[in-house]
Amino acid sequence: MINRIFILLALLGLILMFLPFLKDFDFHDQLGDLSSQYVEGSINDLNSQNVVTSVVVTYRGLDTLGEVTVLFLATAGIGFLLRTKKRSKKSRKSSELLQTASQFLLVLIILTGIYIFLHGHLTPGGGFQGGVLIATAFLLLILADANVEFNHKVLHLVESFSGTFYVLIGFLGLLLLGMNSFLDPTIIPLGSFGKLLSAGAIPVIYSLVGLKVGSELTTILDKMGGE
Amino acid sequence: MISIIIIILGIIMIAAAFYAIHSKSLLSAIISAGVISLLASVVYLLLAAPDVAMTEAAIGSGLTTIIFIFTLRKIKKGGLDD
Repeated sequence: MINRIFILLALLGLILMFLPFLKDFDFHDQLGDLSSQYVEGSINDLNSQNVVTSVVVTYRGLDTLGEVTVLFLATAGIGFLLRTKKRSKKSRKSSELLQTASQFLLVLIILTGIYIFLHGHLTPGGGFQGGVLIATAFLLLILADANVEFNHKVLHLVESFSGTFYVLIGFLGLLLLGMNSFLDPTIIPLGSFGKLLSAGAIPVIYSLVGLKVGSELTTILDKMGGE
Repeated sequence: MISIIIIILGIIMIAAAFYAIHSKSLLSAIISAGVISLLASVVYLLLAAPDVAMTEAAIGSGLTTIIFIFTLRKIKKGGLDD
């Protein structure tokens, strides 16, 4: 009983904390200063059709690098904690329907993931979404057959190469364009607006992020899913 | 019209959250937590944020649910060293 009263009091305190924000909240009809800078810069300076992508990859590129690092550390931690994995040879088979469908759907889902991260600067989505989609394709394989073996060398190679090249592209900006241009995508010609080859290095960076996220999440699922 | 749909989705999400807390079965709790993420991604889509909606649908309702189910299965089997 006394617990419930404390929970209610804590909730009331939270409501009182957030009430001032609700009072100041109003809908905007036009963009603020910073947002209009981002929108105009994305269209005029970066030739990127998807403004969200140019904010994530360029204007907040360092934050994205931090996110990728956090995901890498999480994968490393899971790999360390769950390294003793024993595969039982006599695990029960899943249904034939799931096995056949997984063989058929694997390529299609991976292709959709690659499409999403290659077109991150044109359509919604990008490296993280495409990478997660690729990982779900491998999840389907694990669900169909719990004893499926992934080639860990390939996974680790893809993961470390994409991470290294991501940071190298960032330093290339420093090298070619001078200070304040870490992760600047204009090191590659910008191309024409709305085409696949546009927005400079943004598609390259997002493809690397997609490969990295996909291989990391596949590693996590492989560690977790083993019987 | 859109705000009415969002309010209905929000009410369903709160109901699913209460179900996740009070349900006796852990599996039902995990699945209803996944339902919350799926409905949240629909709300993001209605609020014109397709990028966030894709992330929420793929990570929140897809991968997280599956990882929770894997973990639940491991816990039920009695740890890793079986």
